[in-house]
Amino acid sequence: MTGLSHEVLRDIHRRMVRIRLFEEAAGRIFEAGRMPGFIHLYVGQEAVAAGVCAALRDDDQVSSTHRGHGHLVAKGGDLSRMMAELMGKATGYCGGKGGSMHVSDLDLNMLGANGIVGGGVPIAVGAGFANKYRASGAVSVAFFGDGATNIGAFHEAANMAAALELPVLFVCENNEYAEYTPRDQTMAIADVVERAAAYGMPGTKVDGMDPVAVFEATTAAAGRARAGAGPSFIECKTYRYYNHHGVQTLGMKYRSDDEVQQWRAKDPIPRHEDLMVGAGAMTPDGIEAVRAEIAAEVEAAIEFAEQSPLPDPDDLLADVYSGPAGGRQPLPPP
Amino acid sequence: MTELTYLKAFNDGLRQMMDADPDIFVVGEDVARKGGVFGSYTGLIDAFGERRMVDTPISEQAIVGLGIGAAVCGLRPVVDLMFMDFVLVAMDQLANQAAKLKYMFGGSARLPVTIATNGGAGLSAAAQHSQSLEAMLCHVPGLKVVMPSTPYDMKGLLIACLRDDNPTVLVKNKRMFGVKGDVPAELYEVPIGEARVARPGADVTVVAYSRMVTESLKAADELAADGIDCEVIDLRSVQPLDIETVVSSARKTNRIVVVHEAVRFAGLGAEIAAQVSEHAFDYLDAPVARVAAPFAPVPFSPALESRYVPDASRIAAQIRTTLDRA
Ligand SMILES: Cc1ncc(C[n+]2csc(CCOP(=O)(O)OP(=O)(O)O)c2C)c(N)n1
Ligand SMILES: [Mg+2]
Repeated sequence: MTGLSHEVLRDIHRRMVRIRLFEEAAGRIFEAGRMPGFIHLYVGQEAVAAGVCAALRDDDQVSSTHRGHGHLVAKGGDLSRMMAELMGKATGYCGGKGGSMHVSDLDLNMLGANGIVGGGVPIAVGAGFANKYRASGAVSVAFFGDGATNIGAFHEAANMAAALELPVLFVCENNEYAEYTPRDQTMAIADVVERAAAYGMPGTKVDGMDPVAVFEATTAAAGRARAGAGPSFIECKTYRYYNHHGVQTLGMKYRSDDEVQQWRAKDPIPRHEDLMVGAGAMTPDGIEAVRAEIAAEVEAAIEFAEQSPLPDPDDLLADVYSGPAGGRQPLPPP
Repeated sequence: MTELTYLKAFNDGLRQMMDADPDIFVVGEDVARKGGVFGSYTGLIDAFGERRMVDTPISEQAIVGLGIGAAVCGLRPVVDLMFMDFVLVAMDQLANQAAKLKYMFGGSARLPVTIATNGGAGLSAAAQHSQSLEAMLCHVPGLKVVMPSTPYDMKGLLIACLRDDNPTVLVKNKRMFGVKGDVPAELYEVPIGEARVARPGADVTVVAYSRMVTESLKAADELAADGIDCEVIDLRSVQPLDIETVVSSARKTNRIVVVHEAVRFAGLGAEIAAQVSEHAFDYLDAPVARVAAPFAPVPFSPALESRYVPDASRIAAQIRTTLDRA
């Protein structure tokens, strides 16, 4: 049994369901060919974003990955602006300039999804530096995949955060694959968390399908960081239900149906709902009401995105620079 | 006005800006206790302490990334990359992150981060510690790149970079550290993207930046003895480019020679030649000429390196050729 308050349990639940229903809808729209580009769905991993973000303060920053929708939703993202961005609309979070891989909301301290694997990790370290510099008491979180821990930027950032004793949480979402390559082919260690020790930071391994475990690990790591004791590493064992990108796997079969079914059986949402009912935090009817409310929010987001205008092509060159780009163009010949 | 070296002008400008703005800090390898391997930051640790002068591990990606994250969160970092060659090690953070976050986020981010680095050949530092890589940086929308040629411009451009809300790269030339010049005591800006006419002239326009301005002025002096009147333009910023000043001069002198230390192929000279032909084709009496490094890595031995790096005599020779063309 958990020691978390009913309010926290409900908060975590709401965040997970918002991610799930948003992502399922985005996947349907994508598969129907009504969304440009490509999307990396977060379905299956909800317990991580929800458990982490529920344990954070509003002024704590998170940096994200190519699989970033869940992190923005968990930080309180506006589903309408997200869906509009995914559809390339002017009303989207980035005015249609970013799309799925760059959704961001700096007002929510969500420092952006990122198309470069590992690219967001040093940026979270910079946010942690700013928090320490200002003694704001805030912490930053770098979300990244198991695959990202094989790239140099991750190692530089982890070492830097530890050496400078920065308030940063390194949250690894180990879903056992990097695109189509299983993890055991790309690293010779059993658990990603083993890497934390090399940087002198504490590491914990948690069940990433259990949002309460994630919440508790995050609370401990954030508390440590806020107390000035530096960064921590949390490895969350989790799984993505759909393909690396999009929903269905086309072509090569890189994992078995059995494996997918085994992980789906651990689905974090019904499991958390059972826990809430058992704890008296919510009734089954209450849960249904939350799901219906969020389903309506998602429907409204789709409606908003579909009705929204496309960006004005004349805005193409806006936002390359803050302020005028500078330089001087020649006058026409006299 | 006081006479300061190129390097001291950087140090002074930074110190004054750090005094004025508590959000400015410096991060990089050996910047704090050592004061930078070239002395760019000498004494700043005593004035500002370890909170604002931060020595880091040898992690160029993470150093630049730290600057980006801190800038997005409202600070104004100065990120030191010891040698311009090391820009390549940090290129993802510079070109994919710093340069693009604002645009990708639809305008919501501000990135007031200044990357200070040291470029240029001539010290037998060989192929990995001598490069002029500005063309690579100029090619990336979102970055600004300045390359001062005098102590005055060093301080003024540094201040402009520190006040700019965009990622800026300030490239010092390693052979100019000891060059002296008059520098005002107060804070002033040299606007990014504005060239200056370093020497007015009528017969031919020489376009240069960084240390090649000095060499071009030497060449101009030498040619003046033969009655050749060169106009020398110091670009000061290479991104954004003040092509107006270049084109106006081309329309006046009708002949252009571009000079840079970077290799000729796909260097700034190519861009300038293209823009001059777009805007002043009918005025030209000779093809736009380039004096630049050959297409090879920077060599080590002084015997090779002196052949590699353009100098006043090669510039003068090219100017004569360009003028000889009927
Ligand atoms: C630097 C870089 N290399 C390769 C890619 C292509 N790519 C996108 S996602 C991905 C796999 C990432 O795996 P992981 O970090 O485990 O995240 P997951 O997709 O499992 O969430 C790869 C190789 C990329 N975007 N960036
Ligand atoms: Mg993975």
